[in-house]
Amino acid sequence: MMLEFYGIGISSRLLIGTALYPSPQILSDAVVASGSKLVTVSVRREAARARAGQGFWELIKQLDVHVLPNTAGCKTVKEAVTTAQMARELFETDWIKLEVIANDDTLQPEVFGLVEAARILNEDGFKVFPYMTEDLGVAEKLVGAGCEVLMPWGAPIGSGQGLANPSAMKTMRAYFPDIPLVVDAGIGAPSHAAFAMEMGYDAILLNTAIAKAGDPVKMGRAFAQAIDAGRLAYESGLMEPRDMASPSTPVAGTPFFNIDSA
Amino acid sequence: MPKKKITIIGAGICGLWQALTLVRAGHAVTLIERSKKPFEGACSFYAGAMLAPFAEEEGAEKLIRELGLRSIELWRDTYPDTQCEGSLIIAQPRDQKELHRFERMTMGHERVNESRISEMEPDLKGRYSNGLFFADEAHVHPHQSMDFLLNAAEEAGAVVHFGRDEAPGSTDLLIDCRGIAAREDLGELRGVRGERLVVRTEEINLSRPVRLLHPRFPLYVVPWGYGFYLIGATQIESDEAGPVTVRSALDLLSTAYALHPAFGEAEVVGFGAGARPAFPDNLPRIIVKGDHIHVNGLFRHGFLLAPALAELTARYIETGETHPEVFS
Repeated sequence: MMLEFYGIGISSRLLIGTALYPSPQILSDAVVASGSKLVTVSVRREAARARAGQGFWELIKQLDVHVLPNTAGCKTVKEAVTTAQMARELFETDWIKLEVIANDDTLQPEVFGLVEAARILNEDGFKVFPYMTEDLGVAEKLVGAGCEVLMPWGAPIGSGQGLANPSAMKTMRAYFPDIPLVVDAGIGAPSHAAFAMEMGYDAILLNTAIAKAGDPVKMGRAFAQAIDAGRLAYESGLMEPRDMASPSTPVAGTPFFNIDSA
Repeated sequence: MPKKKITIIGAGICGLWQALTLVRAGHAVTLIERSKKPFEGACSFYAGAMLAPFAEEEGAEKLIRELGLRSIELWRDTYPDTQCEGSLIIAQPRDQKELHRFERMTMGHERVNESRISEMEPDLKGRYSNGLFFADEAHVHPHQSMDFLLNAAEEAGAVVHFGRDEAPGSTDLLIDCRGIAAREDLGELRGVRGERLVVRTEEINLSRPVRLLHPRFPLYVVPWGYGFYLIGATQIESDEAGPVTVRSALDLLSTAYALHPAFGEAEVVGFGAGARPAFPDNLPRIIVKGDHIHVNGLFRHGFLLAPALAELTARYIETGETHPEVFS
């Protein structure tokens, strides 16, 4: 089944952030190599004055992928809402990756402001993709505020730690079986992404792990393959781990079977 | 081969090097510049003017290192005040992984410990336990070196007009070094905003550029002499060249303060921002359209690339030879 956000099908489960690349050309090559069909773009500064980021925006447009503008760096509800409105005008989309950041050190979401901003934006016709932690109480409030996608972090932004709290991530998946869940932030290696996909997460959004790789284009491919593998594994049904060995062929009757040491 | 009448448009760092190199090669050079006062509209006026071919490779292609190394030779041969003290890269204890990454992505460095760091920069004593030293890097003072290049070109016979942007009718070749102002001719060119500030303090003395690595706010401090320091620079996808924002100023100042608290007592002498011209791959290009040659896309590497690019242009004019990765 294809991934869908707000009724729009997206043919790749890898979503890519566009910051920190050595050049727009390398960003573009990495997106193409990864097969990603959705990129997120920070609006805060590019668009800040006089639509001055047009050059970069033109390059993103040429990628021919879905654009999910974000409110990275916003610390208050007002800032986030204003940035979202600017993004809607600039990128001609009602999609918005909503970030309300508590502080620059941890880059944790400020969840009270997040819920408030999500409510305001949903009422204003936006399709909100909230950046959040795996807190179920906050998740329910966001769903109540109209969000049809949830994006919990795996670990703090840019940390590359992978899934810091796998059991909470599993619980969240079980608690919201029908809402698209995207791991947003903290993924450092393709294996982290595969792990989250095996749990049944719908997609992975990441930036630094590809942008700051020695060869971002190759790393884009590596993530695409890991995410495919994780998704296939989830769809095929993983075996349950067991406490003991379970031989794949029957042991009784095996030649040289030693009953004393069995 | 007979020498040519060459007009160069744009007296930023790129045009100045073209003018000096071509006039010294015996061509009849006219340099014209739209702004009335020297360097007013040039983004290179706001540059850090580090000559860091190795360290820049952290986020740039090999071509930048190759051209940059040649440029350092040309700077040293041409400009006596080229400071060849190397450069130092450090990180706060919690950002040591940034230092490892930097080490992996670059060459031409050696790892230095606390005592080496304090030998080189006594004022950083006890503050940083690890760093990378790039011995073969250099830096210049952007304004003094631009003044020098302008005067040297005039002394060698170049005719310079400020406040003028039309080439004289009789010219064999037009060399277009207008940076972002040439965007109408070069569709792929975009601006990348860089903001920096200048402070003055007697409380700290650094003798070489120091970069403080940070996952979000990497910063460099370039000593200009007489207690002046350039602190830079942001890198924002925008061709806005307007005043520095409060947010950027906060980022720069707080990182400088983190580098050394003495910067807390420094006087802020100036803020400034420029839009650096870049192509999508952030690499420079020499684009030949008949007798109109664009030299553009120097991105954040104006001082590092301008001499080598001028040499390549001069060679092309002389022999027709084209560097495959630069010419198109």
